[in-house]
Amino acid sequence: MSDERPPALITPADWRRPVVRFGMGGAQAALLVLLIVIGLGPILWLAKSAVTPTNDTISHPMGLFPHGFAWGNLREAWVNVHVGLYFWNTIVIAFGSWLAQIVVATTGGYALSVLRPRYAKVLNALLLTTLFVPAVVLLVPLYIEIVKPPLIHHSFIDSYWAIWLPAAASAFNVIIVKRFFDNLPREIFEAARIDGAGPFMLFWKIVLPMSKPILGVVSVFAILASWKDFLWPLLVLSDPNKQPLSVRLPSIQAQTSLGVFLAAMFIACLVPIAGFLIFQRSFLRGNGLGGAIKG
Amino acid sequence: MAISEVKVEPAVLPGERLRVRHTPLTWLRGGGLTTLLFCLPMLIVFGLFSWYPIVRTVVMSLQHTNLVQAPTWVGLDNFRAVLQDPLLPTAVKNTLYFAFLALIFGYPIPLAAAVLMSEVRKRRGLYSVLAYLPVVIPPVVAVLLWKVFYDASSLGAFNTILGWVGLGPWPWLQSAQWAMPSLVLEATWANAGGTVIIYLAALTAVNADLYEAASVDGAGLWRKVWHVTLPQLRGVLLVTMILQIIGTAQVFLEPYLFTSGGPANSTLTVLLLIYDYAFGNSLGGDYGKATALSLMLAVFLALFSLVYLRATRSWSEE
Repeated sequence: MSDERPPALITPADWRRPVVRFGMGGAQAALLVLLIVIGLGPILWLAKSAVTPTNDTISHPMGLFPHGFAWGNLREAWVNVHVGLYFWNTIVIAFGSWLAQIVVATTGGYALSVLRPRYAKVLNALLLTTLFVPAVVLLVPLYIEIVKPPLIHHSFIDSYWAIWLPAAASAFNVIIVKRFFDNLPREIFEAARIDGAGPFMLFWKIVLPMSKPILGVVSVFAILASWKDFLWPLLVLSDPNKQPLSVRLPSIQAQTSLGVFLAAMFIACLVPIAGFLIFQRSFLRGNGLGGAIKG
Repeated sequence: MAISEVKVEPAVLPGERLRVRHTPLTWLRGGGLTTLLFCLPMLIVFGLFSWYPIVRTVVMSLQHTNLVQAPTWVGLDNFRAVLQDPLLPTAVKNTLYFAFLALIFGYPIPLAAAVLMSEVRKRRGLYSVLAYLPVVIPPVVAVLLWKVFYDASSLGAFNTILGWVGLGPWPWLQSAQWAMPSLVLEATWANAGGTVIIYLAALTAVNADLYEAASVDGAGLWRKVWHVTLPQLRGVLLVTMILQIIGTAQVFLEPYLFTSGGPANSTLTVLLLIYDYAFGNSLGGDYGKATALSLMLAVFLALFSLVYLRATRSWSEE
């Protein structure tokens, strides 16, 4: 990220001018307040309301302090509304999607960047074309494929494989991993080959350990995307006991009181927010990377 | 094969490659099988879940399919049926309206925020974290939470705030007029952080010498932003604009969860219509119509992008 770069638009000399110092400084302070209200506000509201009695939230939605706490909201959501089960489902789905994406992106990127077969160009072109196809085009045929797979006469509805495997077909992942591999020093690969390392050894002992930064970025976005996904799991998982939190939340709303529902939503936010705060570098760099590649 | 090899060979520089013949044996000895093994996960996953469905869309749009009977070829009937659907103009109009509002709300704000943030001297990281926080909230949670905020009674969260300054209560999602702007407001909140981070990354690449040169020429702050920052960012600005248009053309979650397309179809978008064709009817979907409409949307977006890139090429490469 850009923290280390000295600001360039406004020079230190500019900052000494009162107009700039008060104008710009004021604008930045206002922006900070605005960001706190807009970025953090709704989450804090959710956190407060998750432990506030339903009646209080309804009658005083913007009250700063609740009249009495209702910690029971969280327990009721977790146990009685089965948020615990849906939470676990979400984790299982995210883990499988992550694993599938990492396997496909690293092996594919390695083949295209390091092994470079003669058909690599064709594969590259085919991958790039998928970037230009909007996701909506895939929706219906993918669904039909899951319901009635070709050759196999067995529906994959309600199977997590129906989520894990399509998630791995991300050309974006393969391409950013390939680009990272492209920039690894070739001399090391040559040295390893001379020392007798085969392609598997080279992949496992040299390329992967050198690629932790990009694997971090891909992992963080794989897990977040899976946690956020709604439409696809809604279509392919019809059994409520298998559905992730995001799919269950709209139904939970109809079944329970506002306080318990808000508690369930708060629980659904915890993992992404905690993950973001811990791995913020990967998040923020990865997002910038996305812009760089799309550009 | 022989002809194509003869054609290819002169292009290879003499001495660059001694072995010109590629037999299966040399392929195997050169590790071709291992390479193929490494390609295999990618080939299988993309073949099954990306390339095959893309082709299948085209086929299905020309068929009548209901998963029970064998599909029958119906030519362009699906396209005709979609184009004659009285809901299509409504959906197209609403989607364009959403995209237009999203550009008005969501395009200048992240840019202004990013320019301001890039000049922050202390705790720049805090600004980025706060701006990005809404992006990590699961979209379903964001929409359902805002749905609570948008409560149209005077006790709704937003209406309470409006009440403090003597306004409202506003109907928000319940009025055909305000439903769409309400959707866009939430979508902007949820997505603007990602754009801010992209702009921040692009701003670090702006050459500081240009600012200095502008200062030497006597340019003030605004003129530096106008004549240096914005022109330096134009490549990124053009890309984020087209990506945003492509993204908003496929908006689904907000209208689906907030309003289910209502009130009075005022938030029915193209994607919601596709969903309704395919999955809205419990008696079985009209997959032919759904694929026909998604194909038309995709072709429109591709043509639009092409025209856009052509039209802005001279400007972005200048």
